[in-house]
Amino acid sequence: MKVSIDADRCQGHGRCFNMAPDIFGFDDLGNGYVLGDGVLTSETLDRARLAQANCPEHAIAIEE
Amino acid sequence: MTTELQKTEVTDFAVDWDHTDATWVADPYPIWEDLRERCPVAHTDRYGGGWFPSTHALVSEIAHDTEHFSSRTVVIGNGRPGEGAPPAPIGVAPPISSDPPFHQIARRIVLPAFAPGPVNALEPRIRDLCKRLLDRLEEQDVIDGSSNYAQYIPAGVISLLLGFPEADEDLFREFIHAVLEGVDEPDQERRMQMFAPVRDYVLQQIEDHRENPRDDLTQYLLNVEVGGQKLSPEHIFGTVVLVLIAGIDTTWSAIGSALYHLATNPNDLKRLVDEPELLPTAVEEFLRFYAPVSMARLVKEDFDFHGCPMKKDDWILLGFPAANRDPEVFPDADKFIIDREHNRHIAFGLGIHRCAGSNLARLELTVALEEFLKRYSTFELADHDVRWSQGQVRGPRKLPLRILS
Repeated sequence: MKVSIDADRCQGHGRCFNMAPDIFGFDDLGNGYVLGDGVLTSETLDRARLAQANCPEHAIAIEE
Repeated sequence: MTTELQKTEVTDFAVDWDHTDATWVADPYPIWEDLRERCPVAHTDRYGGGWFPSTHALVSEIAHDTEHFSSRTVVIGNGRPGEGAPPAPIGVAPPISSDPPFHQIARRIVLPAFAPGPVNALEPRIRDLCKRLLDRLEEQDVIDGSSNYAQYIPAGVISLLLGFPEADEDLFREFIHAVLEGVDEPDQERRMQMFAPVRDYVLQQIEDHRENPRDDLTQYLLNVEVGGQKLSPEHIFGTVVLVLIAGIDTTWSAIGSALYHLATNPNDLKRLVDEPELLPTAVEEFLRFYAPVSMARLVKEDFDFHGCPMKKDDWILLGFPAANRDPEVFPDADKFIIDREHNRHIAFGLGIHRCAGSNLARLELTVALEEFLKRYSTFELADHDVRWSQGQVRGPRKLPLRILS
């Protein structure tokens, strides 16, 4: 399973990198991006889903 | 508030809404709930004519639609913005008042200053400021959570950021009142007069930076170049005013509302004191439940919006706080749930105008609460005379708290 951020939708609300800083980072404008290859493990999946459920712009997708 | 004209009381908010009506100011939530069920886009002839969408879906649609809605003026005033209003796309206070495509240029200039990197670096200074404010209140049984504590935090942070003298904080409060709470002043000329001291002060501070360069946001705006050109004096002035006005009473309101909640909900207060690790989740629920800020848009051209005949230059009151209480998106929307896990709130807006200072606001709110709760673990309202601000920024302006321990 893989997580991604739609850069066109992301407006830098910062919810993802605040709640899951090991999965998401931020660029110099404060927009979120996925760290590494975005492949989720049993350890990170729940928090990626939580970030997805909290993104105000619906910018996070998880490919099952 | 000085008003020469007597305002008439609202009897039906669906056809005559007024966000400065005493009922709305005291408790807007039942009004919004009623509108969502009965008339999701309310209308008013006040302020020259305007609309108020009360559902999350409609607020989101308008916030993302820059083709039909302009941000040229984001604070509703009396009457329509006349020919004298600064034109889109730059507007009076870029980027908040800018439309695409200029908006992106203006926003890219300010975003790096408010990105998590530089903002998080301010944490020790914010914490120090909170501690000093609390030291000043030692030994007092009753304190005002709003005017003795909450307001000084963003005022201090913003003066630090802009490089303005800390001693001028009281002036900032007067400015904010003039710009944001004077919105029902019927005399436009008087409103302009109310703004004059703000203009003079900011121009003087910018001039001082030109003469004595230093390392702060004002200086950055003076030096930054876009396409090999420095920013125009109007652009610099507008952005500085924006940071000053938008950065203070918004966060002040958020901190004050959170303290109000904890003072009136002892179970939540106890839980937060016992489980400090819950704070990040709680902060998002404070932001959802007590979202302080509503923004305005202007209709660009006559058009039909879901059956509403919108006219050019009609106001839109973009109620993020109302959207945050929509049960379609938030189960038990009118219940404060301190450990609410799924919380897609839009306290900082949506779309290209997402509050540029949101990282800073969240940090200030978090640190302000952490330090307050470390000092005081139980407190309650000293009396029920809590006064809420009117206009597009909602928060307690009088919040008497009795410290119990």
